[in-house]
Amino acid sequence: MKVVLLGPQRHDPNLGATVRSLEFQGRVATVTAGWQEREADDAELCEHLGHRCVNLELYRRASDVFRRDPELDAAHQARQERLHRMQDLYTIRLNHAADACHALASSDAPDTLKLQELAGAVEALRTLDREHLGHVAEVHAEFVVRFRPLEREGVASMRGELAAILRDVSALVVAGGHVAVLLNRLRLFGIVELLGDRPVIAWSAGAMAVSERVVLFHDDPPHGPGHPEALENGLGLIPRVVPLPHARYRLHLDDPGRVSLMARRFAPAACVPMDGGARLDWNGAALWAPPGNYLMEESGAIRELAEASA
Amino acid sequence: MSGTATVGLAIHDLATRGGARPEAVDAFLSAHRFPLVEGSGCTFVFRGQADGVNLKHWVFGLPASQAFHRVNGTDLWYLVVELPPRSRVEYKFEVVRGGNGTWIEDPLNDQHAHDPFGSNSVVHGAGYEEPDWIRPNPTTRPGSLRSMVFRSPALGGDRQVTLYLPARYRTTRRYPLLVVHDGSDYLRFSSMQTVLDNLIHRLDIPEIIVALTDPGDRLAEYANLEAHSRFLVEELVPQLEKELPLAATPDSRCLMGASFGAVATLSTAVRRPGYFGRLMLQSGSFAFTDIGPSRRGPVFEPVVEFVNEFRARPRKVADQVFVSCGTYESLIYENRSLVPVLQSTGMEVRFVEARDGHNWENWRDRMREGLSWLFPGPLRMVYE
Repeated sequence: MKVVLLGPQRHDPNLGATVRSLEFQGRVATVTAGWQEREADDAELCEHLGHRCVNLELYRRASDVFRRDPELDAAHQARQERLHRMQDLYTIRLNHAADACHALASSDAPDTLKLQELAGAVEALRTLDREHLGHVAEVHAEFVVRFRPLEREGVASMRGELAAILRDVSALVVAGGHVAVLLNRLRLFGIVELLGDRPVIAWSAGAMAVSERVVLFHDDPPHGPGHPEALENGLGLIPRVVPLPHARYRLHLDDPGRVSLMARRFAPAACVPMDGGARLDWNGAALWAPPGNYLMEESGAIRELAEASA
Repeated sequence: MSGTATVGLAIHDLATRGGARPEAVDAFLSAHRFPLVEGSGCTFVFRGQADGVNLKHWVFGLPASQAFHRVNGTDLWYLVVELPPRSRVEYKFEVVRGGNGTWIEDPLNDQHAHDPFGSNSVVHGAGYEEPDWIRPNPTTRPGSLRSMVFRSPALGGDRQVTLYLPARYRTTRRYPLLVVHDGSDYLRFSSMQTVLDNLIHRLDIPEIIVALTDPGDRLAEYANLEAHSRFLVEELVPQLEKELPLAATPDSRCLMGASFGAVATLSTAVRRPGYFGRLMLQSGSFAFTDIGPSRRGPVFEPVVEFVNEFRARPRKVADQVFVSCGTYESLIYENRSLVPVLQSTGMEVRFVEARDGHNWENWRDRMREGLSWLFPGPLRMVYE
């Protein structure tokens, strides 16, 4: 499957140019569920797509399903509450583990001593992320086994409609917004399984949702230390990439310590800052990016991605 | 900001030459920006004919008037004071001529702060940075303001209320509500519309509806007046919840105010416990006495009575309370004293101090920290 990740579209849109470069025939399907109540406000998006689009309305559909299926609604809410609490507990461990990494990195001890300790601290962080993602995946799996969402009447009926729409489109476009809301709706209706080999274009939260692992990040939040958090596994449509939308705004890209820790923590996946105009392609075998796209290096530097491959 | 002189400052080079020439003064003035902050030393200068020049400021604990020195043989006056890091101080000069003192803003400083009484010059200590979210940002979607006159039977008259609706306002959503005392002053002197626009745009706070209220007789209405709490809780908020898409639950309601507005906030919460789940108290005029009468004057009598009663019988009136105060305010003692009282009730309390005074820009600078704690935005989860 071909997947194209883009930077945020509001101020420096390259969606239209990307779609034209891919030479799609016919309509494309759009997902704007991350916009929640504003899901239907997609006039500007349709304009970028030359008005050849159909919105899958996953947010509206999910709301309808939950309204008609109180048991699923209650189960969904209970699962989200459980995940929320798990995230809080994970964050307690995360803050200590990440603080240890930063303290070691800034220590004035000789490199021969501190690098070994730092390597251990980074590995502890990676283990913590791995464990957390595993626990979250178990919760999702348990939900599927117990409540069988795809087999429930409301979901199955909507899914039939979605399958019919997707049969007639040449690609899927996934916009940003609230990443958990978006990912939950994509999962609820099993969109990936309906896609076949149709290409996917996604940006911001959409790019995060289709990657292997969703990482939340902001180096300078109003409260708290601002350590990146692993949220859950994504849809895994593009391998070994952690997309970082609005990176220039959200991250201290000029802080080699933070850049290095992020690169080491999520390796072998590449942490890719994705600001306006960014583009990264996966053709099913290799990554490709045009000039002007970057990745974080373990050295703490920001390096331009090679044009041929990443 | 103490009057202790600091060695090694640029003004000392000039002053110790003894009889500096006018050209040397010209060069000194053109080489620096004033007030000249060098580490923790801050040099104020005034050039002109005068019998004396005094620094007038509102830093509690220091003499309110400090005399400048004249550089020998020149018309240059100066004063060196210690200015702790990250301070923000508002001031004026008093220029004395012929026995008469005239208060002016610092002619060499283009930094000004405005308040209902006029404006002051402002000096920033080393390390103070004006927050970037207080300035209009061209990429931010602006919210809108709508003025209305609200008829209040409780208060027996009309009250001005300005509604802030966030950008992309939709009637299908359910918004939290922030009710603000001295709303017009917050808009004019604390840039509140810009601050709200930016904090929402940055996802620091959720999209929110804000009711900016103005008082009639401020000192009477805000000093624990029963009718004022009735106006808010029985009239204004229910009416807004009827007409606007508000979540209408205690945890989605916040009441805030500064100075006497903070007294009105806490006293309303005490009269109607649990109605507002969140409170923001900025530099509250929480005067109290442990023994004897208050020396703050008759205006404070109902406040002292209220605060004394609350201190004697503290109770939980909201879930979360954000308290802020400037360390250069006379009210820092009262606010520091209030925090453990609030905490003893089981309310979640966050207290923030800043090296600033009792002024609107202090209250502006604390808004991100306060509002984003009371109403955390979707920053972690939303990537547009």
